[in-house]
Amino acid sequence: MQFLPADMNIIMPEIIMALIAIIILLADLVIKRKKSLAFLGVIGAGVVAYTIMMDSPGAAFSGMFISDGYSKFFKLIFLVNVILVTMISVKYIIIEKINLGEYYSLMLFSTLGMMVMASAGDLITLYVGLELMALSTYVLTGFIRHNTKSNEAAIKYFLLGAFSSAFLLYGISMIYGLTGTLELKDIADYINKNGLENNKVLMLSMILFVVGFGFKIAAAPFHMWAPDAYEGAPTSITAFMSVGTKAAGFAAIGRVFMIALPAIKLEWSTILIPLAILSIAVGNIAAIAQTNIKRMLAYSAIAHAGYALLGVIAADNEGIVSMMSYLMIYTFMNIGAFAVIIMLRGEGAKGEDINDYEGLAKKHPVLAAFMLIFMFSLTGIPPTAGFIGKFYVFMSAINAGYVWPVVVAVIFSAISAYFYLRIVMYMYMKEPINNVGVQNFEPLLSTSPAIGIVLIVAAAALLGIGIFPSFLLELARAAISGF
Amino acid sequence: MIPLHYYLILAAMLFMIGMTGFLVRRNFLTVLMSIELMLNAVNINFVAFAHYMDSMTGRIYVFFIMTVAAAEAAIGLAILISAYRNTKTTFVDEMNSLKG
Repeated sequence: MQFLPADMNIIMPEIIMALIAIIILLADLVIKRKKSLAFLGVIGAGVVAYTIMMDSPGAAFSGMFISDGYSKFFKLIFLVNVILVTMISVKYIIIEKINLGEYYSLMLFSTLGMMVMASAGDLITLYVGLELMALSTYVLTGFIRHNTKSNEAAIKYFLLGAFSSAFLLYGISMIYGLTGTLELKDIADYINKNGLENNKVLMLSMILFVVGFGFKIAAAPFHMWAPDAYEGAPTSITAFMSVGTKAAGFAAIGRVFMIALPAIKLEWSTILIPLAILSIAVGNIAAIAQTNIKRMLAYSAIAHAGYALLGVIAADNEGIVSMMSYLMIYTFMNIGAFAVIIMLRGEGAKGEDINDYEGLAKKHPVLAAFMLIFMFSLTGIPPTAGFIGKFYVFMSAINAGYVWPVVVAVIFSAISAYFYLRIVMYMYMKEPINNVGVQNFEPLLSTSPAIGIVLIVAAAALLGIGIFPSFLLELARAAISGF
Repeated sequence: MIPLHYYLILAAMLFMIGMTGFLVRRNFLTVLMSIELMLNAVNINFVAFAHYMDSMTGRIYVFFIMTVAAAEAAIGLAILISAYRNTKTTFVDEMNSLKG
């Protein structure tokens, strides 16, 4: 292996990302106004997005790092995620008394890890990217150091995350022993050449991959950490990891299963079907009983992982396209919903209980209207984008011949309307109440221009994609053409 | 020469011990050690395969795993310290304020 200047061009977005994260970390020492660090982060992520667009596709470092349409699409999701979350964080981290510069830096490092994961052409690159993403997220989860819940969430997330990556590593070591290589394309070639389709060791490592990635995307039965980690983490970080970590996990699943293990397509899709069905069932049923909205959205995130898995199960290009566009849509609707939750988190008011939404439409009609759009989209009601996302995922699974999983998914999707629309019902059909024992309880909205922009962008994206869906699908199809 | 499968069985046993430790033990530090044991089982696998296939990739992977494991331990202990300041315990099962 040798380093060529051309290789540097291909990984330029990652280099810039790392530089910006380090600059923010250093600038934190001299800059007192942390708001300007957030601004720097947003601008930096925008620059990285621009370089990704301009970047020519190719493989660097003898195939270890691949830049193609697939990785570009996912990197776009990660950058949209980090930009929107940075913008909703500015006011929130002051209220939570965690107004530290490392916060923004860690978020960018985590995004860098996700970008490396999406571009991995080799299992070493994949592992390093995954750990960079995960380690930064563990720290961010426990960022409210003075809060027991945040500590506890970080401990649970850390232990189960480390546990799951040990499983992933065992699978990687087995596949290395079997094929003698770690490069995804070479693994596929070796399997084809030597006819290893029915090899037991290959099956074992495939199952271990499913376990390892299943933890990352929070698919049932590997979801135990998700509700606790999502509830205890700072709300902005909950938004960040429910979208970013999940999308990165799916990027890795698509890459590994479609490129390295296409020979055992039938086997891995057979294993993923119960995973998807179980995620949808557990997520939607457990969400009904929740009274904390963050916990409710955590279970809904598990269910959405199940929906996106249906696209992977289809195991063809259309399936991957539907999975990719689903994740892009999910980014906007989930961050939008969390932005509303963050706005309700004023000084002294938690705004996390579902009862806090009672009569919101009377007090803050605009905010309630935004929440209405996000909840409709999460349920999958047209003309919002959530409907389009679900529609294409279900279509691709049906076209691939998996009818009964889709039927089950649709039934549970109908059940999910209960807890999403309950929020809407609380907002529009109940009178605002004063909490018992609290004098003059009037939740102050923590508004800021940045969070307003996020709400408008998310709602506009959801309605735009919902009304003109072909744009996003064409983008995803073009992205996957060189896959 | 020691046959390859001796190493693989050793690694599998270590991995199982680590997994059992993770599931059974309740002290954060012991659980962390169990995870390290699982990672080192993987390292044995890699080194053994690399040796018998005379390939370099597996040996390089071991360095990556060791580096990441060190970073992981540092972050894990940092999280534990910040939690200990509030809860005054290192037992995972005593941290149960999140439920639902």
